[in-house]
Amino acid sequence: MAKMDAPPRWDRKMQQRLARGEAAALGEAYDRFASLVHSLAHRVLGDEKAADAVTREVFAHIWEHPETYDPKRGPLRTWIAAVTHRVAVQRLRDREERRRDEGPDGAEDLLGGEEDLMGGEEDLESKVRRASVAARADYIVHSMPVPLRRALELAYFQRRDYRQTAADLGVTEDEARRRLRLGLQLLSTAHDAGAPPGYGGAA
Amino acid sequence: MSGAEEFRVEFGEPRERRIPTPRASVEDGGRPLPDPAGRGEDVSVPLVLPHDVLKSLLGAWALAACSAAETDAVEHHLGDCGACADEARRLREAVGLLHQPETLDLDPALRTRVLDACLDRRPPRIPVPEWAAPYDAETARLDALLQDFGDAEWHAPVRLRWFEDDAQTTRRTTVAGVIAHLLAVDGVIATALGLDDPLGHAPGAAGPSVRTEAYWRSTPFPQTRAVHAPWREQTHALVRTVSFTGGSARGLTVPYGGFELPLHDAMLDRAFGCWVHAEDIADAVDYPYRPPAPRHLNKMIDLAVRLLPGALAARRRSGLSTPPRTIRHLTPAGHPGRTLRLEIEGPAGGNWLIPLDSPSATPSTDWEVAHVALDSVEFCHLAAGHLLPEEAAAGQLGDKEAIRDVLYATASLSRM
Repeated sequence: MAKMDAPPRWDRKMQQRLARGEAAALGEAYDRFASLVHSLAHRVLGDEKAADAVTREVFAHIWEHPETYDPKRGPLRTWIAAVTHRVAVQRLRDREERRRDEGPDGAEDLLGGEEDLMGGEEDLESKVRRASVAARADYIVHSMPVPLRRALELAYFQRRDYRQTAADLGVTEDEARRRLRLGLQLLSTAHDAGAPPGYGGAA
Repeated sequence: MSGAEEFRVEFGEPRERRIPTPRASVEDGGRPLPDPAGRGEDVSVPLVLPHDVLKSLLGAWALAACSAAETDAVEHHLGDCGACADEARRLREAVGLLHQPETLDLDPALRTRVLDACLDRRPPRIPVPEWAAPYDAETARLDALLQDFGDAEWHAPVRLRWFEDDAQTTRRTTVAGVIAHLLAVDGVIATALGLDDPLGHAPGAAGPSVRTEAYWRSTPFPQTRAVHAPWREQTHALVRTVSFTGGSARGLTVPYGGFELPLHDAMLDRAFGCWVHAEDIADAVDYPYRPPAPRHLNKMIDLAVRLLPGALAARRRSGLSTPPRTIRHLTPAGHPGRTLRLEIEGPAGGNWLIPLDSPSATPSTDWEVAHVALDSVEFCHLAAGHLLPEEAAAGQLGDKEAIRDVLYATASLSRM
């Protein structure tokens, strides 16, 4: 159904360029995906330094193992989101585990996080769930038909009302309302249970 | 659905209660449009709309993208219609998923750290040449600055400044116009490398300002954010291409119209231009912007210093400077001649000896007649024509005439 943001051809080409060790390709991949990686990591871990570290680890993985991406299984963006999700959740679990081992005394100083130390297991799982929803939402936004995404971007990020959105897109106001509603309906399915789509390639 | 029926029973068909609106439209079906502020009506009576219209407004409502009167009408309806209330709640939650404030302030310095870490772990087989690294870094920094610009920022006015015939010259444009300027001028390298010229069929060997004016004329006025993607694509294409041709491109020169630069100097020159104009843009929208990494800044300063003897000669030719009083003849090639020591301060700095009498003379400490000390960023601002020679806070020692000449020659390196 969806027109993808990155055409599969670009994805395959990028994979080949990374595989043959082209540093310029790594830079381009960073320019395209760093904000995705960083924001997903930030949602999971809730702090800037940890998100930076995840970003470093994710791009190192992309650079060292581009062959683990399978273009047949989905867009490069989805694979990178999946790698990010895995790395970030692992880091979150490690952090919580260290906290439990060290006990509440001094753990906050050591880790420098803002999280509530008494949160425990349940809090961790709800964070992981929130991160999964965020990852699914990102996937949905980037795989929904471009006209729907454009309408959402205008209305949300550029704060245009639906009449201005209609004018910007050159469609009727009816159509603008329809796109905004349909776009949000698609996005709302991110809250439905289930693994983020296309996550098989994350290994 | 019964909610909608009730509305009809109570208020009749809405099309009979048509309300004039300040905006044009709704050719489609003659539906009423709300008076946004509820002017001319009792505000306590919500706008009445049929159920299917209210339902169609739920997305716009959740995004706060309808008029005040429509918002009231929807919210009034949600109290009566369970199905719409359920959907409204779901859509409101979905809006929360669009929120990505973290992407807006990704630290530009993170790029270098991440890429360096990657390249340490797996050395590249096709590296980005060292002389292209400043261009790669500066274009990425500017791109990061542009990332969250809205229309207001893209259309913010910018005054381009440079130095011509010993006076500051300016040209008005906008943020989008500056990006168009960078796209057009970077095109000299694209063309030299055999890539597409963003100008299409440009007049052969046109210089930066001719190219820029031609590009501005060839695109609808005013420039818009539409120029962003082609600019970024070209910057990526340049870095990609010089990575492949880097080794074999020795001897490749880039014509600038009137003069030419070797490819690696042209890439440095464009990195410098990118930084200078990124500062113009940052100033225009009141954002902070830092100077390039010291090792990149050092290379840009070195390029300017290498161009200085030629610029001094050009000033002599055009009668802007007087030949030295003590030595009336020019120094023969390869011989030591009068020398100025340029000391650039800061982590990007260093010491450079500049031959004053001829581009081909050999600078020598024995012939040092003057010593100038300048901060690295200030020197760059002078070379960009953003700082006037008489305003440069230079530490000066020795021949005043020679110092004046060098400062003016530095400013003369600037162009649009």
